[in-house]
Amino acid sequence: MSQISVTINGEHIQAEEGMTILEAARGAGIFIPTLCHHEQLESYGSCRLCVVEIGTGERKKVVASCLYHISEGLVVETETEKINGFRRTILNLLMHRWDNIPAILLEKYGAKSNERFIDNMTYCILCGLCVRFCHEVKGANVLGFIGRGTIRQVVIFPNQSAKYCASSCPDEMECLHYCPTGVISSQYYGSRPADGQALPHAAPVCINEDLNILEVLERVGHV
Amino acid sequence: MSYSLAKVDQIIDGYGADKEALIQILLDIQHEFRWLSRETLMHTADRLGLPMNQLYNVTTFYKHFSLVPQGRHAVSVCVGTACHVRGATRLLDRVAQGLKLSPDETSADEKFSLKTVSCLGCCALGPVMVFDGKYMSNPTSNEIAEIVEECE
Amino acid sequence: MTKLTSVSALEALREDILSRRDPKKTKVSVCSGTGCRAYDSEKVIDSLKAKLLDQGLNDKIDLVTTGCHGFCELGPVMVVYPEGISYFKIKPDDIDDIINETLSQGKVVDRLLYVDPEGNVITKEHDIPFYKHQNRVVFGSNQSIDPENIDDYLALDGYKALATCIGSLSPEEVLEIVKKAKLRGRGGGGFPAGQKWEATRNAPGDVKYVIVNADEGDPGAYMDRSILEGNPHSVLEGLLIGAYAIGCQKGFIYIRQEYPLAVEHLDRAISQMRELGLLGENILGTGFNFDIIVHRGAGAFVSGESSALMSSIEGKVGEPRPKYIRTSISGIHGCPSDLNNVETWANVPIIINKGADWFTSIGTEGSKGTKIFSLVGKVNNTGLVEVPMGMKLHDIIFKIGGGIRDGKKFKAVQTGGPSGGVIPEDMLDLPVDFDALDKVGSMMGSGGMIVMDEDTCMVDVAKYFLEFLADESCGKCVPCREGITQMLHILRMICAGEGKPGDLELLEEIAAMTKECSLCALGQSAPNPVLSSLKYFHAEYEAHVNEQCCPAHVCKDLITYHIDPAKCKGCGKCLRNCAVGAISGSKKEPHVIDLEKCTKCDTCFLVCPPKFSAVTKLSGKEEL
Repeated sequence: MSQISVTINGEHIQAEEGMTILEAARGAGIFIPTLCHHEQLESYGSCRLCVVEIGTGERKKVVASCLYHISEGLVVETETEKINGFRRTILNLLMHRWDNIPAILLEKYGAKSNERFIDNMTYCILCGLCVRFCHEVKGANVLGFIGRGTIRQVVIFPNQSAKYCASSCPDEMECLHYCPTGVISSQYYGSRPADGQALPHAAPVCINEDLNILEVLERVGHV
Repeated sequence: MSYSLAKVDQIIDGYGADKEALIQILLDIQHEFRWLSRETLMHTADRLGLPMNQLYNVTTFYKHFSLVPQGRHAVSVCVGTACHVRGATRLLDRVAQGLKLSPDETSADEKFSLKTVSCLGCCALGPVMVFDGKYMSNPTSNEIAEIVEECE
Repeated sequence: MTKLTSVSALEALREDILSRRDPKKTKVSVCSGTGCRAYDSEKVIDSLKAKLLDQGLNDKIDLVTTGCHGFCELGPVMVVYPEGISYFKIKPDDIDDIINETLSQGKVVDRLLYVDPEGNVITKEHDIPFYKHQNRVVFGSNQSIDPENIDDYLALDGYKALATCIGSLSPEEVLEIVKKAKLRGRGGGGFPAGQKWEATRNAPGDVKYVIVNADEGDPGAYMDRSILEGNPHSVLEGLLIGAYAIGCQKGFIYIRQEYPLAVEHLDRAISQMRELGLLGENILGTGFNFDIIVHRGAGAFVSGESSALMSSIEGKVGEPRPKYIRTSISGIHGCPSDLNNVETWANVPIIINKGADWFTSIGTEGSKGTKIFSLVGKVNNTGLVEVPMGMKLHDIIFKIGGGIRDGKKFKAVQTGGPSGGVIPEDMLDLPVDFDALDKVGSMMGSGGMIVMDEDTCMVDVAKYFLEFLADESCGKCVPCREGITQMLHILRMICAGEGKPGDLELLEEIAAMTKECSLCALGQSAPNPVLSSLKYFHAEYEAHVNEQCCPAHVCKDLITYHIDPAKCKGCGKCLRNCAVGAISGSKKEPHVIDLEKCTKCDTCFLVCPPKFSAVTKLSGKEEL
């Protein structure tokens, strides 16, 4: 890969062609906050905390740095007033799903909860790290999304877990380490299920083999 | 209608058991049986070699799929924008009151299913209710009660 | 049918069809589109068919069952040719008179004619104001075509443009014509179609796709459905021409399964094309190969977004792809894929037949040709209208639409559906033009045009669109999912009388972030209905927040129902119709509503005879 040069926050940086802005910035020691990013997994672009401004003057635009690939001469600003304002709003919103967001982030961007917002304290921010890890790295598909829009959620599929958990993660439940909020380890389970065993039904919601589908749908909010 | 996996197989084979035809296959199954049972989903997953999480993802994402049996009488209230500005919310309230159901709900005896739809293309009639295929323009509570009573 | 193996064979077939048709023969065109079907047009058609047969007239008169004519307000609609006599609101009982008077003696049945607001009776379709001010380039042939009969399309020069392209033009020449015509996408964004085609054509890769986006999701628009129901071949011909210009052998049509009639007509049209050799290998002996797959969408507004639509076609969940790469470069299976909407494709054969210069002679500098709108809401003449770009909104609503219903006052018009915005009265001079509508915070969108009057609450409309989007968002990215959740929550509180100072600024803060940070076009445009109504109807928001008053008397929690004792004559109609027994009063005495029992279902308001109009809604500090 050839080296190209980009400008991040006024600093000229050499980076490899094909990198994303996030990779180039982190490579140069420039901090960009993320919640849904992991080097091992494909970029997903859901938390939008990594937004940055690119271009100059009239042609400035906001992009997600985890997805946008650098090109020769690209000009990037990672901490403009506008961008930090957006990050503050995003964190303000997320605080109503997850109330122990790392203080360092909240302080940096001046985020605080808003009494006009409705709480939906699931402690799951739908970053999809666990789902993607289980799918992309392990090919086990024990975890998945259901629903869409404001009722979208992550669930565990017990029949899949009985089939794949033991063989895919022989030592420990590796997905636990990917959850940024800790909700999987705190609310689900500590240890890995034995061969052929299913994970117990888990909060916040899950599709459970033992439940009849009507009850499940009731829990999922479809009926 | 009772479930027949043979029929499900026939539908799947009609698409050459192609994974990419998943949505088309599920639409046909839904059309045939009016809902998707867990048994069918598991069978379809097996036949297409897809994990269950993908099937639940798809079936809970698209609005047309129903994971519960549907009522014998289908009642839809249009909540498209044109109907909305002409009072669809009040109409929906009256229909829900008359059927004793919430939107997207099916009665316990599987008699009625109440759904909302977005734009039926007969905006001139708005707000519109469709009762077993019959279009009605802004019925009153009494008119709704009359139809409900006539139903078997 | 025998397969056509050359362009000349197609022309021979066309001549044969035309030679069997007598333009002087009486032809009856009856609309059987979804709108007219709701008015029982099928019974009218069945009755007409049976009676023509009974009286031995079936050979003398051609009956054509067509798609939508456009004037849905007055359905079922019928036109008798060659005279062009237009009948409206036809009931099965009217058929005898139509046969005995018009079809047998050439006399007009006066009671079925259009009467304008001044009381003038109008016989011919083109004299009716609703039609007179339109320019129905794309939509006009609907009423001459039985969508299930390819001969009708061929008789109107159908597939002539295709034959011209694949028979005597190079793909580059076709591309140049479309670029020169400056055709812009009719699905919403208004991206130049020729440029999109060119990008797909030039993208590396041997396998490329063309796609029809018929996932018409705007909950107040139905023009794409009416084109597909009424004239499916026009879209298919456009698609084939695009495929030829771009260099594709396979196309997809993504159509909502909620449009069963359109799916049926499309399937039929495709099989007729196959039989005639207009699809498949070596089309018309030119060496051009092309085939089409119809993909029914299972109900997701977000699937109208191009990358989400392509994921759906691959059998996956219709979530937008997060990548910054155009689908014209990497679409279905990573192959270059060109996506255009129904109306865009339907314009293509017309451009080829009539030329780019003719096309650019219609419209404004930046927006060429015509646009079809579904003109609905509180307007007198509800229906589908096709107007040249550049026509003023005022002319569409008042000249074509006949103004506001029931003598009410115009308040706003909403364009662009859930991605668009509201336009207030003082901006009605705006022309219909992609850029002009963008500038005022709305957008052309796919063509929904919802007219609102003084009884429409703008806060409620903003809430309505957010409710729609909360359900229809895919839920993947935080700005859209959480932003919509909280904006909707705030609007709900405002509509419930629980608004607080600062709420409006908070809405603006979230909206700004959601607009710029969301992953796809759905989220990026989701705040538009809120932002545009905040901008043009700020006072109405303030009344809700500061005075707990809904000036339009829509927000249920902010209004109460009353009977004006001075107006009530005690007819008892409201009392008998009240489902919860909240109304009391003796006969001929003013009635009273028990506010404790009242569920605000609006029934009393609807049934109170207009001559009394005694039921009144009050809000805030209003008094009887």
